[in-house]
Amino acid sequence: MDTTDISGHWRLPAPRPVALAVWRRNVRVWRRLMLPSLVLNFGEPFLYLLGLGFGLGQFIGEMEGIGYFAFLASGLVASSGMMVASYEGIYSVYTRMVPQKTYDGMLATPVRIDDIVAGEMLWCATKGTISGSAILIVATLLGAVAGVEALLCLPLLFLVGLAFAGPAIAVSAVAPSYDFFSYYITLVMTPMFILCGVFYPVSSLPEAAQHAVLVLPLTHAVALIRPLVTGAPLSDVTMHLGVLTGFAVVGFYVAVALVRRRFVV
Amino acid sequence: MTPLSEDSPYVVEARRLVKRFGANTVVDGIDLRVPRGGCFGLLGPNGAGKTTTLRMILGHSPPSGGALTVLGEAMPAAGRTVRARIGVVPQDDNLDPDFTVMENLRVYASYFPRPAREPLEPYLMSLLDFVALADRAEDRIQALSGGMRRRLVIARALVNDPELLILDEPTTGLDPQIRHLIWARLRELKNHGTTVLLTTHYMEEAERLCDRLAIIDHGRLLAEDAPRRLVAGEVEPNVIEVRTGPGAPPPAELVRHARLEAVDGVWHCHTEDPGAVLAVLQRSPELEYLHRPANLEDVFLRLTGRELRE
Repeated sequence: MDTTDISGHWRLPAPRPVALAVWRRNVRVWRRLMLPSLVLNFGEPFLYLLGLGFGLGQFIGEMEGIGYFAFLASGLVASSGMMVASYEGIYSVYTRMVPQKTYDGMLATPVRIDDIVAGEMLWCATKGTISGSAILIVATLLGAVAGVEALLCLPLLFLVGLAFAGPAIAVSAVAPSYDFFSYYITLVMTPMFILCGVFYPVSSLPEAAQHAVLVLPLTHAVALIRPLVTGAPLSDVTMHLGVLTGFAVVGFYVAVALVRRRFVV
Repeated sequence: MTPLSEDSPYVVEARRLVKRFGANTVVDGIDLRVPRGGCFGLLGPNGAGKTTTLRMILGHSPPSGGALTVLGEAMPAAGRTVRARIGVVPQDDNLDPDFTVMENLRVYASYFPRPAREPLEPYLMSLLDFVALADRAEDRIQALSGGMRRRLVIARALVNDPELLILDEPTTGLDPQIRHLIWARLRELKNHGTTVLLTTHYMEEAERLCDRLAIIDHGRLLAEDAPRRLVAGEVEPNVIEVRTGPGAPPPAELVRHARLEAVDGVWHCHTEDPGAVLAVLQRSPELEYLHRPANLEDVFLRLTGRELRE
């Protein structure tokens, strides 16, 4: 491949408003399958909350001065934002990108790869927000939400979704097949789910591990969402927002470059 | 390399166009001029460089060398604005399986900066009508046959009322009825002033539809002209096929009157003087033969050879 092509792939993205047409296309598809999708969004966390929250909660009582049910519920709001945005960014994006050839169709129009990736990221974040909100609603009904400041979780969930969508789309762009996603799930998503403070405070990890998890975006998502849900004091807001924004921006850039590499040859 | 002016008579102009993938040169210095109006065909065997050339024309593949202007603008830089004025029918079906027939058009139209016609819905309906799918507007894509899908892809390529319609092997794998319907529609578009650019490896399609043909192979342009003139200019006007059986030599005298070519036990005698060839054959009544006018396939095989391409 010519070196000019490579620098071409890595030039700065410049998405346009037509990205919203890509987002609307996905909304249209989702509306068709809304019911099963919402059942999944509400059902799974409901099971987690009931099973783990009430079951484990009886033995644990409080964690960091928060009732375990609320502690877990707030953690699951964040992790669900991660999971749903990531799964959309791998399986669904890959389906549109490769077997379904949806991108080939779009690219025959004035839509460019920059626009497609921007639209896909907005959609992944939208789905993550819907899913996180579902848990928030369940948690509210079960009395685990402290106050109205929990509404700030909504824009935050959108940012969390963007932070995970970029890396997930980048993984799709280099994936040779669906099997490839097992690596990403096993080596990246599951460790975050377990280590980043969803089920227990990060402070209970060994000290080296406490520093290590600071580079993972889910740690920062939990650190922001948990206080908003449970009414605990917020700290280091700028750093948390900064890390999440960094993942969103760098993720977008890398995803655009890798999708270009896949399509522009 | 001066850019073309807006009123250029050519919708596509390629000069010494090259595309390399590593050490592999797929398009090897093609000069191509597609005039505005009419139907232009790129004819070539599999792997000749047809699809790669189309990808460069659409701005999806940066050329490795040469200059390329499409609708008067330099490619691939002007890709976005040029694609707003082009319709594309790809080789593979990439309709959106999550949508109905009509939704496919609606969603596709939303990718263009402004609707081709206001209001849009009646225009989209007229496109479905044009490809004989008006009664399937609310059907899911899965319910359509291969021929219906191809027609829908053609309707979809027209949502922006394009100046140039590009089709990559538009009738491959379709039955004759559908093929004729598609040819009729493409002729109609042509008569309304749309320039049609297509790739094909069907001689019949090239002969019936195209006003001009470029025959390409191994990334090079071998010949370019009107189909009839290609036949007149590249091969002798008559072909007499003589069946001798595999390995058997032809009557010796034939060499004086015709260019001979052995094809699986049949000698193709390409000749300006069919009378002389036939006179020789009269003396060997045991030989079966077929006398026919030369056609585009003879030109194609003469220029691209007979070895198999897969």
